[in-house]
Amino acid sequence: MQLDFNSEKPIYIQLAEAIEDDILKGIYKEESQIISTTELSINLKINPATAGKGVSILVNEGILYKKRGVGMFVAKGAKEKVLQKRKKIFCDHFILSLLNEAKKLNISKNEIINMIERRDNFE
Amino acid sequence: MSKIEIKSLTKQYGDVVALDNVSLDIERNKIYGLLGRNGAGKTTLLNLITNKLFPTAGEVFIDGENVKENDKVLNNVFYMFEDNLYPEGLRVKELIRWVKLFYTSLDVDYAKELCDKFGLNTHSKIKSLSTGYSTICKDILALTSNAEVILLDEPVLGLDANHRDLLYKEILSNYIKQPKTIVISTHLIEEVSEILEEVIIIKEGKIILKDTVEDLMTRAYMISGEASKVQQYIKNKKYIGLEKMGKYQQVTILEESKKRNTQLINELDLEVSKAPLQKLFINLTN
Repeated sequence: MQLDFNSEKPIYIQLAEAIEDDILKGIYKEESQIISTTELSINLKINPATAGKGVSILVNEGILYKKRGVGMFVAKGAKEKVLQKRKKIFCDHFILSLLNEAKKLNISKNEIINMIERRDNFE
Repeated sequence: MSKIEIKSLTKQYGDVVALDNVSLDIERNKIYGLLGRNGAGKTTLLNLITNKLFPTAGEVFIDGENVKENDKVLNNVFYMFEDNLYPEGLRVKELIRWVKLFYTSLDVDYAKELCDKFGLNTHSKIKSLSTGYSTICKDILALTSNAEVILLDEPVLGLDANHRDLLYKEILSNYIKQPKTIVISTHLIEEVSEILEEVIIIKEGKIILKDTVEDLMTRAYMISGEASKVQQYIKNKKYIGLEKMGKYQQVTILEESKKRNTQLINELDLEVSKAPLQKLFINLTN
């Protein structure tokens, strides 16, 4: 798990996204326990309040849940939830910045589609 | 209730005002960074909190009790400082036992474990220790003292990168196991910024900023782009730093509220980046 301390993105959000990535990649399976906030805080050298905030975002979204006295677990259906959430972000941010950049470079929508298709053919 | 209350504290040495009417609350069980340039008044403030110096005016309360000649309260505060006031003929293991006479809940086993971790030979004489190991020795005493408040003045002085890394991790694990109020005064700001919960910046004897790191990182940002567009953005805005590179300008902005004008930033085609704590510090204390 890597955090970018130079990034504009707050550390707790980066942390939440890193855990989501691990769920998507299958490093953390549903109903399995994830690394504790204590370990996160010490290993990443971040304030425990920051680590706690990152984890609680995912708890509030139903992606993680807390077993009292045991630790944090990946909720059932978490992977699908993360997938949907990321798709929305992909659409709202990624595609938007793609379109903005294209506008700057005078690339039309058709050209963009052509580019994507050409890439597809290569792979 | 707040753990340490500092009320209108002033310290003068003749005509020199080292600390100028400072009022400050340091809350319980948080990790604070006390930042300031050399001679800003950090050490004076820590000395006054621990009654090692007497204020010209003002008072310090810990848990509601005045610290003035109050051993009961001060026994719960461990102040790790730069000067070596320990009997120099002592060996490390003797020093640990000696400190335990004052800090009776000091955990000797934990202290030995940390000596081991940092490679500090407990048979070494205090006076023979290098700057780095002298600092490490004092850090270990602070971390194992079990005091509710630990004040660390330059806790990484002379430490190499490996030892600093080890120390930051130890501070965190110690704090998580047994939450306490920790104040870290350091010049190595970037390294420590993510372990802090709050930052206090002191300049010329005055507190010029006190905020949580999280809020500060939202309020502060850097904007860069073509000079005229940058100028358009900062019109009627307070900024704390400006750098020029040809037709290009970069400004550091610290907003009063958390709001930034994202729409205008996009319209002007400006780039936003993070304003690291060190950058803010340099701009604010110049």
